[in-house]
Amino acid sequence: MSLLLLALVLTPFVGALLIPVANKYFKWSAKFTGLASAIVTLLLALAIAISFDRNSSSLTQFDFKVSWIDVFGISFHVGVTGIGLVLVLLTAVLTPIVLWADFYAAVKRPILYTSLILLLAGSANLIFLARDLFLFYVFFEAMLIPVFFLIGIFGGANRAKAAMKFLIYGLAGGLIMLAAIVALTLIATTQLQRSTFDIATLSQSISLTPMQEMWLFLGFFIAFAIKAPMVPLHTWLPDTAEQATPGTSTMLIGVLDKIGTFGMIALVLPLFPNASAQLAPWIIGLAVVSVIYGAILAIGQKDMRRLFAYTSISHFGFIVMGIFAFTTIGIAGATLYMVAHGLSTAALFLVGGHLIKQRETALIADYGGLTKVAPVMAGFFLMAALSALALPGMAGFVSEFMVLTGVYQRYQAAAIVATLGIILAAIYMLWLYQRVFTGPENEKSNLIKDLSSKEVIPLVPVFALLILLGFWPQPVLTTIEKSVANVMQQVDSVDPAPIFAIENKEQN
Amino acid sequence: MILQPATGIFTFTWVLVALPLLGAFLILVFGKQLKKIAPYLAIALSSSSFVLGFIMFLQMRTRPAGERGFVSNVYQWISSGSLDVSFGLQLDQLSIAFVLLITFVGTMIHIYSLGYMEHDENRGRFFGYLNLFVAAMLLLVLADNYLLLYVGWEGVGLASYLLIGFWQNKHSAATAAKKAFVVNRVGDFGLSLAIMTMFLAFGSFSFSAVNAGMQNAQDWLALTIGLLLLLAAAGKSAQFPLQSWLLDAMEGPTPVSALIHAATMVTAGVYLIVRSASIFNASEAARNAVIIVGAISLIAGAIIGAAKEDIKKSLAGSTMSQIGFMILAAGLGPVGYVFAILHLITHGFFKAVMFLGAGSVMHATNDNVNMRRYGGLSKLMIFTFTTFMVGYLAIIGIPPFAGFYSKEYILEAAFSHSIWVGLIALFGAGLTAFYMTRMVIWTFLSPPRWEDGVHPHESPKSMTIPMIVLAIGAAVIGFALTYNHVFEEWLEPVTGFEKPNAPISVFALTILTLTVVAAGVIFAIYRYRTISPTTPQEVSFLTQAARKDLYGDVANETLLMRPGQKVTKGLVTFDEKAIDGTFLGVANMVWSASRLLRQTSTGYVRSYAAYIVGGTLLVMFLLLIARL
Repeated sequence: MSLLLLALVLTPFVGALLIPVANKYFKWSAKFTGLASAIVTLLLALAIAISFDRNSSSLTQFDFKVSWIDVFGISFHVGVTGIGLVLVLLTAVLTPIVLWADFYAAVKRPILYTSLILLLAGSANLIFLARDLFLFYVFFEAMLIPVFFLIGIFGGANRAKAAMKFLIYGLAGGLIMLAAIVALTLIATTQLQRSTFDIATLSQSISLTPMQEMWLFLGFFIAFAIKAPMVPLHTWLPDTAEQATPGTSTMLIGVLDKIGTFGMIALVLPLFPNASAQLAPWIIGLAVVSVIYGAILAIGQKDMRRLFAYTSISHFGFIVMGIFAFTTIGIAGATLYMVAHGLSTAALFLVGGHLIKQRETALIADYGGLTKVAPVMAGFFLMAALSALALPGMAGFVSEFMVLTGVYQRYQAAAIVATLGIILAAIYMLWLYQRVFTGPENEKSNLIKDLSSKEVIPLVPVFALLILLGFWPQPVLTTIEKSVANVMQQVDSVDPAPIFAIENKEQN
Repeated sequence: MILQPATGIFTFTWVLVALPLLGAFLILVFGKQLKKIAPYLAIALSSSSFVLGFIMFLQMRTRPAGERGFVSNVYQWISSGSLDVSFGLQLDQLSIAFVLLITFVGTMIHIYSLGYMEHDENRGRFFGYLNLFVAAMLLLVLADNYLLLYVGWEGVGLASYLLIGFWQNKHSAATAAKKAFVVNRVGDFGLSLAIMTMFLAFGSFSFSAVNAGMQNAQDWLALTIGLLLLLAAAGKSAQFPLQSWLLDAMEGPTPVSALIHAATMVTAGVYLIVRSASIFNASEAARNAVIIVGAISLIAGAIIGAAKEDIKKSLAGSTMSQIGFMILAAGLGPVGYVFAILHLITHGFFKAVMFLGAGSVMHATNDNVNMRRYGGLSKLMIFTFTTFMVGYLAIIGIPPFAGFYSKEYILEAAFSHSIWVGLIALFGAGLTAFYMTRMVIWTFLSPPRWEDGVHPHESPKSMTIPMIVLAIGAAVIGFALTYNHVFEEWLEPVTGFEKPNAPISVFALTILTLTVVAAGVIFAIYRYRTISPTTPQEVSFLTQAARKDLYGDVANETLLMRPGQKVTKGLVTFDEKAIDGTFLGVANMVWSASRLLRQTSTGYVRSYAAYIVGGTLLVMFLLLIARL
C-alpha cells in the first residue's frame, strides 16, 4: 500500500519530465501527457481515499519511509493523515481541471506551462503528505519556483514585478521558518542525544520552555500566515492574482495557499500546543480582522481578480479562526472550508478567466449587461458567486457554519463579528455580478462569446462537487474525523459541553 | 405533542420537495431542449406536489389529534464531533397547512403565468425559478431542524433574488434584487446566531431538542434566541426595520409579487416565530419585542400603502402591514399563534388575488402601474374587477369574506393582551379600509384617465381562471376554517392555544371593528371624489414622507450606505498606502542601501587597497581601545 502512495507522489513529477520528451519523440501534445498524468494522479488519490481506514486512530497510514540524510536524522517519510488526504484529493481534482481549462486560454508555451503546473501539484502533494520536517521545508520552498515562473512568464503586463513580490514574501516566510526549524532540531538534538526531523517525534518527545515555544511558534506561524495570507501580510496576493493566469491563480489560491492553513493544523498545533493555546485569542482576533477587512477591501476593488483575491483573504480568516477555536467542529469545519474554498476559487477564476481572456481587461467597469449575450456564462458566474458567499446547499455553507459554530463555542464576540462577514459577502459578490452581467448592455457586450460546451466540461465537476458537498459533506467529514480527533488530543483540548442539558436525548 | 417516525404515505414527505426541485433542475439545465414544454412541466410538477400534499392531509385527518406529527430522517446531513444534523423532514399540522397553501396558490400562479409571461423570451427560465421557489419554500416549512430550515430560508431568498431581477437588463430590477438579498442577509445574520446559540445551549438545533431544552433553560437564553429569530423574521417578512427591500422587489414580474412577495415567502417570518413557540413562550420580553415590531410595521405599511400611486407598491405596503398583523398576533403568545397562521392563510388568498388582478390591469394598460392613469375599468374587465372586489372585501374584513374572520380573531386576541395593542390593531384595520378603498376607486370606479394608445381589455382565460379560483378561496376560506373552531383544534397540538379573553364582548368588538372599517371606507370615498392624473406636489408632510417609504431608504443610506462607502474607500487607500506601502518601503530601503554599497565596488585596485589599509587601521585602533 505504501507503494501506492509513492506512486501518487511521483506521478506528477514523472509527468512533468515526460512532457517535453514525449512531445519530442512521440509527438504527444503537452496537453495530452499533462492531462494523462494528472488523471493518473487523481485515480491514485481516489484509490488511496478508498482504502484509507477511516476508523483507525493512528496518526498516519500508508507510511513510506527511507533514510535520506542519515547524519541529521532526515528521512524521506510520507504518510497519509485524514486532513492531508482531503487536501491531496483537492489538488488531484483541481489539477486536471486547470490543465483542461487553461488550454482554451491559448497558452503560448504549453510544454513549459503544463510541466510547471504538474511540478506545483507534485510539490503540494508532498507537503500535504510529509511526515519529516525537513522534507516539508524543502518542498515548502521548492514550490515557489514553479509558481515564480508561472507568474513571471505567463502572467499579465506587470508580471515581473508581481512574480518578484510573490517570491520575496515567500522566501521571507521560508527564512523565518527555517530559523525556527534549525532551532527546534538543535533543541531536539540536545534532548534526545540524536538528530531528528521526524514530525511525530518532535511533537511528542520534546519539551520546550514556554519562551522557546513562543518564539518557535511565531517562526512557523508567520511563515504560514504569509502563505495563507492574513492581514497585514496579505498584499502580495492581490498583486499576484491580478497578473497570473486563471489556472495559476486557481492552483495558487485554491491549493498552495492552503499549505499555510494546513501547516497550522499539521505542524503548529501539534508541535507547539501550549503557545498555540496561549496565543489563540490573539490569533482569533487577527483572523476576525482578516475576515472583515478582506471583505470590505473586496467591496472596494475595481479589478475582478483583485476582488477574488480579497475575498480569499476574508475566507482564510474564517479558516484560521476555525483552527484556533480548538473545537472539533471548528477544526473539521476549517478543513472542509479549505476544500470548499478551493473549489469555489476555481469556479470564480475559471469562469471569470473566460471573460477576461476575451476582452483582455479585468476591470469591472468595462463590463455590463452580459446576460443577454452570454447566458450560460452568466449562470455559471452566478453559481460561482453564490458558492463564494456560502449559499446554503453549497459546500461553503456547511463549512462556514461549522467554523462559526466552532468558534462561537469559545469566543462568542469573535464569532458574532465574523458572522457579519456573511452580509459583506453578499454585497461584494452580488454587486460584482450586477455590475458585470446585469443592467443595460454596453457597446462592447457583443464582443463576448458565450461559453462553448468544450469550455463548460471542466466546470461541471467543480460545480457538481460544490453542490454535492453542500448536501452531503460526510465523505470529507468522516475522512478527517480521526485526524481532527488526533489534533484535539495533541493540543489537549476538550469540546465545551452544552450549557443546558436536554433530558430526553433520544428525541434528536 | 410527540412526533412519530413516518410510516405509510408519510415516508414520502421528501417527494413533496423533490418534485418541484426536479422541475427546476430539468428546466434550468436543459433549458434549450425543453423550451416548449417547460411551463407545462413546471405546472405538472407543482400540482403533483399539491395532490400528494392533499392526500397526506386527508390521511392525517383520519388519525387522532395527538398523532398527526411525523418525522422522517432522509439521511444524515452533517456529523462532526458533537454536531449531528439530519436531513430530516417534519410533517405536522402546521407544516401541512403551509404545504397546501404553497402548492395550491403556487400552482394557480404557475397557471396564471402561462398567460402573463406568454411573450417573454425567457419564460422557460421563469418557470424553472418558480419551481425552484416552490421546492425551497416546501423545504423551509418541512425541515425538522433550524439548519435545514435555513437552507430553505435562503433558497427562497435565492429564488426571490432571481425573480426580482428577472428582467436583468433593467438596472432598477438588478439593483432591487441585490438589495433584497443583502437585506435578507442581515436577517440571516440573526438566524445564524440564533442557531449557534441553540447549539451552544443545547448541543442541538432540532425543533424537538430545542423545545425540550427550553423547559429548563433560563430567561436570558429565550430572550437572546427570541430576539435573534425576530431579526431573521423581520428580514424575510419585510418588517421594521428591515422592510425597505419589499417595495423595490415589485420590480419583478407580477406573478412573482403575488406568490413570493405576498402569499408565501414573506410570511416565512411568521412561520419561524410560530414554529419557535416554545422559545417565545419562555420570554415575555421577546414577545413584547415581536408585538412592537409587528405594530410598527402594521401602521407604517398601511401609511405607505395609502400614499403610493404605483398599484404594486401600494399593495406591497399593504403586504407589509398585513404581515405586521400576523407578527403582532404571533407576539401575543399562545392566544395569537393560531390566528397569526389563520390570517397568513386567508391573506395568502386575498392578497394573491389582488396582485393577480393588478397584473391583469397592467396587462390591459400596456404595463402601466400608475393608478392615477387607471379608472373606469370595472366594466371593461369584469372578471378582474369582480375577483379584485372579493379580495378587497376580504382584506378590509367584511363578513363573510375570509379576512373578516382572521382579523376579528386577531383583534380579539390583541384586546385580551392589552387595550393599547388592541387599539393599534383596530387603527390598522381602519387604515386598511381607507387605502384599499382608495385603490379600488382609483383603479376601477372613477372615470378613465388612461394614457394615449391604451385600450383596456379583459385578460386571457389562463389568467382569469386562477383569479376566479383564488377569489372563491378568499370568499369562503375564512368561514370554512373557523367554523366550529376547526383550525384552532387542528393547530393546537403544535402551537398550543389559549382562548382570547377580551374585556369587551365579541359582538361589541365586531360592531366596533365594522364601524372603524366603514369610517375608513367613507373617508376614502369622500376624499377621492376627484382624482388628478398628475401627482399633486402640495401635500402634507405625512404624505410626502409616505411617498418616500417613511424615509426608510434615506435612513439606510445616511446611516449605513454612505458611511460604509467611506470606510471602504478609506480602507482601500489604507491598504495601498499604509500596509503595502510599509512593505514596499522596506524593500526600497534595502534596494537603496545596496545601491549605496554598490558604489564602493568600483573595480579599481587602488580603491580596494585603500579599503584594506583603512580596515586594518580601524581594527588596530579598536584593538588598542579594547586594551586600554
